Formats: sequence, structure tokens, C-alpha cells
Amino acid sequence: MNPSHPAPALHVRGLSKRFDRPAVDGLDLTVRAGEFYTLLGPNGAGKTTTLRMVAGLLQPDAGDIAIFGIDARLDQVAAKQIVAWVSDEPMIYDKLTPYEYLEFVAGLWNTDAGKARASADALIDWLGLAPHAHERCESFSRGMRQKVALAGALVHDPRLIILDEPLTGLDAGSARQVKDVLLARVRAGGTVLMTTHILEVAERMAERIGVIANGRLIAEGTLAELRAQAGGEGSSLEDIFLDLVAEETAEQASGQAAAA
Amino acid sequence: MNQPASLLWLARHELQLSWRDWQTLVTGGQRRRIPIVAGVILIVAVLMHALAYHLIGPYAPSGIDPERATLILVTGCALLSGSLTLSQAMEMVTRVFYARADLDLVFSSPVSARKVFAVRVAAIALSTTVMTVPLAAPFINVLAYSGGLRWLGAYGVAVAMGLTASAVALTLTVALFRTLGARRTRLVAQIVAAIVGAIFVIGVQALAILSTNTLSRFAALQSDALKTIAPGLDSPFWWPARAIMGDVPALIGVLMASLVLLAATTLAFSGRFASYATAAAGVSATLIRQRPRANAFRDTTPQHILRRKEWALLKRDPWLVSQSLMQVLYLLPPALLLWRNYGTGGEAIVVLVPVLVMAAGQLAGGLAWLAVSGEDAPDLVATAPVPQARILRAKVEAVLGSIVMVVAPLIILLALTSLYEAFVTIIGVMLAAASATLIQLWFRKQAKRSHFRRRQTSSRIATFAEAFSSISWAGTAGLAAAGSWFAIGSGILAFGLLAGVRAIRPR
Repeated sequence: MNPSHPAPALHVRGLSKRFDRPAVDGLDLTVRAGEFYTLLGPNGAGKTTTLRMVAGLLQPDAGDIAIFGIDARLDQVAAKQIVAWVSDEPMIYDKLTPYEYLEFVAGLWNTDAGKARASADALIDWLGLAPHAHERCESFSRGMRQKVALAGALVHDPRLIILDEPLTGLDAGSARQVKDVLLARVRAGGTVLMTTHILEVAERMAERIGVIANGRLIAEGTLAELRAQAGGEGSSLEDIFLDLVAEETAEQASGQAAAA
Repeated sequence: MNQPASLLWLARHELQLSWRDWQTLVTGGQRRRIPIVAGVILIVAVLMHALAYHLIGPYAPSGIDPERATLILVTGCALLSGSLTLSQAMEMVTRVFYARADLDLVFSSPVSARKVFAVRVAAIALSTTVMTVPLAAPFINVLAYSGGLRWLGAYGVAVAMGLTASAVALTLTVALFRTLGARRTRLVAQIVAAIVGAIFVIGVQALAILSTNTLSRFAALQSDALKTIAPGLDSPFWWPARAIMGDVPALIGVLMASLVLLAATTLAFSGRFASYATAAAGVSATLIRQRPRANAFRDTTPQHILRRKEWALLKRDPWLVSQSLMQVLYLLPPALLLWRNYGTGGEAIVVLVPVLVMAAGQLAGGLAWLAVSGEDAPDLVATAPVPQARILRAKVEAVLGSIVMVVAPLIILLALTSLYEAFVTIIGVMLAAASATLIQLWFRKQAKRSHFRRRQTSSRIATFAEAFSSISWAGTAGLAAAGSWFAIGSGILAFGLLAGVRAIRPR
């Protein structure tokens, strides 16, 4: 590896996964180290399937995944060591307290006990969970559960954080706390790859945005680059997104008609 | 007649939902399985009839007179079956109050809550009756075939049992609501339901041990002590038994009494249905603070932390503990037998061996399901940098550790009486627990922990395999403890069963 050109946080080539129909279709994607990358796409575009394959939760049919230069398909354990996954549905243990949950996650990642304790204390404080740190999670609201899940994702200090719609169902205050924590993590050198349906979040937070439709990356770049690509100076991300998706859908429909 | 929101209209709606629920339960939601399920039901029905014929067929033609010993035996059998029916009815009644499925819709509509309640209670009565009849049917049919059509009256008693169980379950649940409040009623009702289902079986076995020094329920029901304290032959207490044996006036009496009981309880409690259900809806999870551990965040291995997590989750869920330790309740009679025979070296202790092995197998199956399929954060565990095999090993260790904690005290006591039997029990417990755990691993399917009671629906093959495996190992251990060479054949059969299950596991 050349130190002057550090490996990208995520490098995906020709990634494919088929269920009843192709969910991800030869996807190429690169996320640079230390950037906040947002993946946008309509429902069923293949965003979640892509992220689940990167996180090691789904086996790809074809393609390569490299995380900071580690081949995630060849050395899953090494790749998982530096990745965290947060899904839209917070999966935590009702009968554990946030503090116990963080201890459990840190133990799974074999994190140094001293560092894990300090990290847990800081995260609990930062996410406003301190008054509830020793209460069982079963009585928590959705927002609190999502914050516990996020704290769990960060307690082992991952280099790449993958989040699938982490703001779904959160109130404004909780959403702000989650966004602040993620931005701080990026400022500290971490990398964030996130999907969202809230275009305003992508517009404000992401350094680069990828638009995915029918399992393929159809556009990518900063907001300005996407505007230029769509040829609409001054248009909002919503306009650009809808134009790009409509164009892709029309192209696919005409392709299918020609094939028929 | 069938106007929207009328009683009949609501009943049809409930019936439709119940039918679909039942279909999902038996087919696992796959319609193409219906012919297979029908075939299995037919085979089981034929086997059950053959078994019933073998057990009672020879006695039926000579006539069974309603003398005291027979009445005690028939009443005892009816009570055994009734305790299970009552347990099932309690479970369903609790669901009526707590399941939110459509209650919000119903209560926000102009339909009378009393009507809804009456229909749901009727549905419970129907369901419990439908569940009781298939178990009793082979015996009733054999008796009717060999001893005369008068025995068909037993079907009427099965219906009466369903109605009575529903009424009693309703009364008990409402009493719990009044005394404990909505927050605690659900948990307590579920535990009570589980205990009611086992208590009569355990009670009769305990009586058998104390009076005859065996585990046989029938021995207890035929004991002289029971005959002495039983009421006179003309007592209404024997009506259900007489009705089962074809006494038409008794049958009419039993049916009328159960109908009146159910109607009265429905009328008495339907007015409060809305308020109880609303109270149940307002129950949020209790806020429980845990004392922080002094040695939290110490350096440890992922396996250790996984095992600790499994034990903590189990220990902190009283409902799961009650459900999974139900099998342990059945260990009480053997423990009593051990206590009674302790130090005597009596042959009665041999019966303990298969009971312990069977209980260990069943307990291991339940715990393995919780640890493997009932993982509440599967994504977290799957994304951890720990090889899958090590995760599974840690979970299996947690399961087997729990089994050791439960059966070890009894095995130690057994060892003080007979070292050989203790040794056989240890081997049997290990094999039964390992087999049940392996079956759960082979057939694992992600589910919510709270679906523990419905785990059988995810894989019927796994459920049957687990039960047959435990029975085979229990039989093998029992034969080995008794010094029989047939244990070798039985052991080969148990291994063969396991190999067969492995061959058909989903890949």
C-alpha cells in the first residue's frame, strides 16, 4: 500500500446481488477515508442491500469489497473489526441497560477495557443518555433506542460507520444529536456512509452524494457537481434527485421495451 | 340477520381470523403444505386410534360400570385434560385484553364493547373445545365402537369442558386485574396458566409417590385412600364422569351448567371489558434500574461476554424463565421420589434416570432456541469481528451451562444413592441436551424472543425431532440404568434419528 495514497475507506467493484430480480447490479462505489458520504435512492433501489453486503450481513453474488484495503470477502473478521453498522430499526437488548449494552459491544469487538469505558462514558454523556444509563432499555422511546444503538456502533471506535436510515422516526432533538455525533466523528477522522430519504440531511451533511437506482450508481459527486451533471443551476437536491431517477426509470423502461 | 356490527357479523369476522391463524399455525403460512399437513393429521389420527384401541379397546365390550373406582379414574382423567384446557383458555383470555391487534380500531368504532367481548369469549370457548376434542376423540371413538354409542356422550363433556374452562379462565383473569392491576396481570396470568397446565399432573404424581412409591398417575387414582374420601355415588360431583359414560341426564346437566356458567361470567364481566383493555393498553414497560457492576468493562473474551449476555437476558425475563423452566416443574415428582427413597437403594429410583434425561433435552431445546434463533440483535452479533463458529460455541456453552445448573443437584443426590445410575444419567443428559441443541442449530430461523411460545410454528420438523430425540435418549438411559442390553438398540435408534434430521436440515 502506498502511504501517499491511502486506501479508500470503501472500494466496491462490480457488486451484484439478486433476489427475485437484481437488487444490486454491478455496482461500483468508492468512499474516501474521512468523508461523509450519503447514498440516496428511491425505495427498492438497492441501497440497503448494498450496505448489508458491505457490513458482512449478506453474501454478494459477485463483486469485490475492500474496506481500508482489506478484502472484506477474504478476511471478514479483519474488515469487521474496523466497521460499525447501524440499521433503521434499533436492535438492542430490552433487558440490558445502555451501559451494559455498550460493555457487551465493546467486549464483542475485544476493545481495550479502559478505552471502552472512557468511550462509553463520553458517548452516554454526549447523547444525553446519562440519566438513563443504568435503566433497562425496555422502557425507552424509539429515539432513545436509536441513540443507544448509535453509541454501540461508536464505542469500539470504528474507522467506517455504515448507517441505514438512522434518522427514521426520530424527533428533531434526537435527530440533531445523532447528526452532531456523526459530524464530530468525521471531523475526528472517521468515515461515514449513510443512506437517507431526508434529502435535506444529505444536502447539509454529506461531502459527496451518490444516487442509486435499479441497483446501479447513476450519479455521484458534491452537491455542486450533481447540479452541474443535472444541468440545473440553483436547483435543489430534491429536483436533481427526482430528475435523475426519472431519467433512469425512463431509460430502463425503453431498454426493456427494445429488448421485448 | 347478519347486519354489520351485529353479534353474528362480529362472530363471522372472529371465525375468519381464527381460521386463518390456525392455517398459518399448521402450515407455517405456506398453502402448498396443506396436503402434507392433512396427510400428517390423518396418519396421527390413525396411530392415536390404534393406541387408544390397544389401551382401552379390550375392556370396553365387557362394559364399564359406573362404580366408585371407575368414576374416580374417569374423573381424574377428565381433570388431567381439563387442567390443560384451562391453561390454554387463560392464555387466550389474556390475549383478548392485551393483544392490541385491532382493539384500537374496535374501540374507536361505534360498536358496543360488550358485544365484542361476548363474541371473543365465545371464540375462546370454541377454540378450547376444538383443541380438547382431537385429543379425546380416539378414546371416545374406540369406546363407542367397542362399548356402544352411549360413549359418544363424552363429546358433549369435551364441549362442556371447553365452556367451563373459558368461564373459569375469564374469572381468574378478571380477579388478577382487580387485585394486581393491568401492569402485572399479563405476566402473572401467563405464569399461572403455565402452572395450571402442569399442576394437576404433578399433583397426581406426587400423590402416587406418597401413597404407592411410583410415578404412575393411574396408581394414585386407584388408591384406597382416594376411594375412602371420594363423595357418594349419587353426588353431582360424578356427573361429568357419568356423562362421559353415556348417562344422558347427567350429560344434559353438565352441558347446561357449563353454558349457564359461561353466559353468567360473560354477562358479569363484559361491562368492564373496555376499561380493562384500555388499562392494559396504557401499560408501558416498567422502568427498572440495574445496579452498575463494580467490575464492568474489564478485559474479557467475546465468548465470555456472549455467555454472560445470554444468562443475563434469561435471568431478567421472568416470563421466559417460567416458560423455559416449565420442564423443570416436572422434575419435582422425581425429586420427591428421590427424597422418599434416599438411602434405601430402592429400584424405584431407576425411573428418575429417563425423567431427568427427558427434562434436560426439552430444556436444552428451549434455551437453544432462545440463544440461537431468539437473538434480539442479530445484525450486531453478525457484524462483530468474531468468527460465526465461536459465536455459536459461546451460545451453546451458555445453554449447556444452564442445563448443568438445573440438573446437577439432582444428579449429585442420585450419585449418593447409586453411582452407576448417576453416571448413566450424566451421559444421557449430555446426549439429550447436545442433540436438542444441534437440532435447534440446524433449523435456526431468526425470530423475536417474545415469540418463544410459538417457536414450534417456525419448524414443525425441528419440534418433533427435538421431542423424539429427547424421548429416545430418555428411553436409552432408562434401559441402560435398568441394565438392559436393549439400551444399545435404543441408542443406535437415537443416533439414527439425529443423523436423519441432519440430512433433512435446511441449507
